[in-house]
Amino acid sequence: MNTVTVAPAPTRVAPTRITFGRILWVELTKMFNTRSGFWLAASIGITAMLATAAVIAFAPDSAMTYDNFGAAVGFPMVIILPVIAILSVTSEWSQRSGLTTFTLVPKRGEVIWAKLLISVALGAVSIVAALGIGAVGNLVGAAMTGTDPVWDISLNQATSLVMANVLGLLIGFMLGVLIRNSAAAIVGYFIYGFVLAGLTSVLAASQEWFRDLQPWIDFNYTQGLLFEGWPVGGEAWAHLGVTAVGWVVLPLAVGLWLVRRSEVK
Amino acid sequence: MIRVEALSKKYGQFRAVDDVTFSARPGRVTGFLGPNGAGKSTTMRVMVGLTPPSHGTATILGRHYADLPNPGREVGVLLDASAQHAGRTGRETLRVAARTMGLPVSRVDGMLERVGLAPTEAGRRVRNYSLGMRQRLGIATALLGEPEVLILDEPANGLDPAGIRWMRDLLRGFADQGGTVLLSSHLLHEIEVIADDLIVIGQGRIVAEGTKADLLSAAGTIVRCGAVDELTRALADSGVTVAAYGDDGLRADADPVLVGKIAHVAGVPLTELRTADGAGLEDMFLELTAETSREGAAA
Repeated sequence: MNTVTVAPAPTRVAPTRITFGRILWVELTKMFNTRSGFWLAASIGITAMLATAAVIAFAPDSAMTYDNFGAAVGFPMVIILPVIAILSVTSEWSQRSGLTTFTLVPKRGEVIWAKLLISVALGAVSIVAALGIGAVGNLVGAAMTGTDPVWDISLNQATSLVMANVLGLLIGFMLGVLIRNSAAAIVGYFIYGFVLAGLTSVLAASQEWFRDLQPWIDFNYTQGLLFEGWPVGGEAWAHLGVTAVGWVVLPLAVGLWLVRRSEVK
Repeated sequence: MIRVEALSKKYGQFRAVDDVTFSARPGRVTGFLGPNGAGKSTTMRVMVGLTPPSHGTATILGRHYADLPNPGREVGVLLDASAQHAGRTGRETLRVAARTMGLPVSRVDGMLERVGLAPTEAGRRVRNYSLGMRQRLGIATALLGEPEVLILDEPANGLDPAGIRWMRDLLRGFADQGGTVLLSSHLLHEIEVIADDLIVIGQGRIVAEGTKADLLSAAGTIVRCGAVDELTRALADSGVTVAAYGDDGLRADADPVLVGKIAHVAGVPLTELRTADGAGLEDMFLELTAETSREGAAA
């Protein structure tokens, strides 16, 4: 092995501040340059193709509508997107890469914000892509059955679909920031999205008092309605706003506060 | 320049770091020595802002770490070589660091070569790296921004003898060019050969500090001869404290010149006369280690 000398630069120029734009760019690349990140991103495209092919192969002709293609393509995203959002945060702790990340960028809040913006952008782009793949599937399916393609998703519903997925992703992100452990946060998301959602719908079906309360406290419910379209009327918007503040904004604020103060080991 | 002032870190009732004050100067390698759990890593984590201190401050180049505009360009940090994303390749790990610091990504390949990671190794995921390879990757990350200060926690862990030699030369060169190096170790011999200054910490407190030369000369003289009893008496008569050192030797709390003169006057022929070097420091260090009562409890 040869002798190596590493000299500190002789004339030093004061380094410039790390800009938020640079943090955004770095966090974007970090999301895809790990093995898990790469395959999660790839799985979005792969599952969308598989779901489209499955609808063409197995659905009866009458069910070959854009709505069904959209639903089939969108379902895997409901699971994959929040997991991507969770891992973007929790891997810094579970993989302990945060030791380097937060020594290179001591402003931890900026790193978390960058991850949030990128997760949201990725979610929105993915859903738009899913709708695109669904549209191609709808055209191909109609051509194969010799019928006219049925376009039964309005622009209104398409945009609310994007929002529904982004909000689901934010729940995952919030859990990631709050829990900061990959396995626990993913389990937490499935409990929230599947166990809790099931329990509240049973409760709403059987208990009258809860039925009135549900729109104000159950984010699964208000967010779920977005899959059908935007809220209509002031009260429906209020339901969405109140539940979003309670389930996303407040816990995220607590999580950010904890991230800033906690010890990175 | 690193300056730590009255630094304490408490976890509940436990004082991991207890009122620690020291500085590491430019152009010198400062060894941070202490048994496992003495508070070395906690002190280093506080320095780079990963752990909030309970009391006191740490500044690097006159500023708090969090106030450095682009820390990686001024301070190279390696706290734990295992703390890297297992699913990322070595090369990508360095590229992420380069982008964060705003450096050209082209610098990465040169740095990989500098730390002795072959291109094929750099293309493998960190999951498959040995500890020694992770150390090299961590050192590469620390050096990438051409910093003025290096903070390395147990960097020699997992390196083979050639690697340890390489690291020693690298740090020596860095300090000789005016850089500040603070490196920790729990192995005295490892740090003795590289450090100019030593800070010895035990149970969260500094128990000894100074230049290596001072600390070693304070360790006294080793003397061997055929007539140990006679020499012991002669030294004791001159007021020199002695302790047995092996079968035919003594460790005297005096410099070799004085011990030689006393032996000459007493007419005792010597077979060996030298400074004790690390012997005294090692005794102190072992005592410290025993007090943490890991080995001590078993003995």
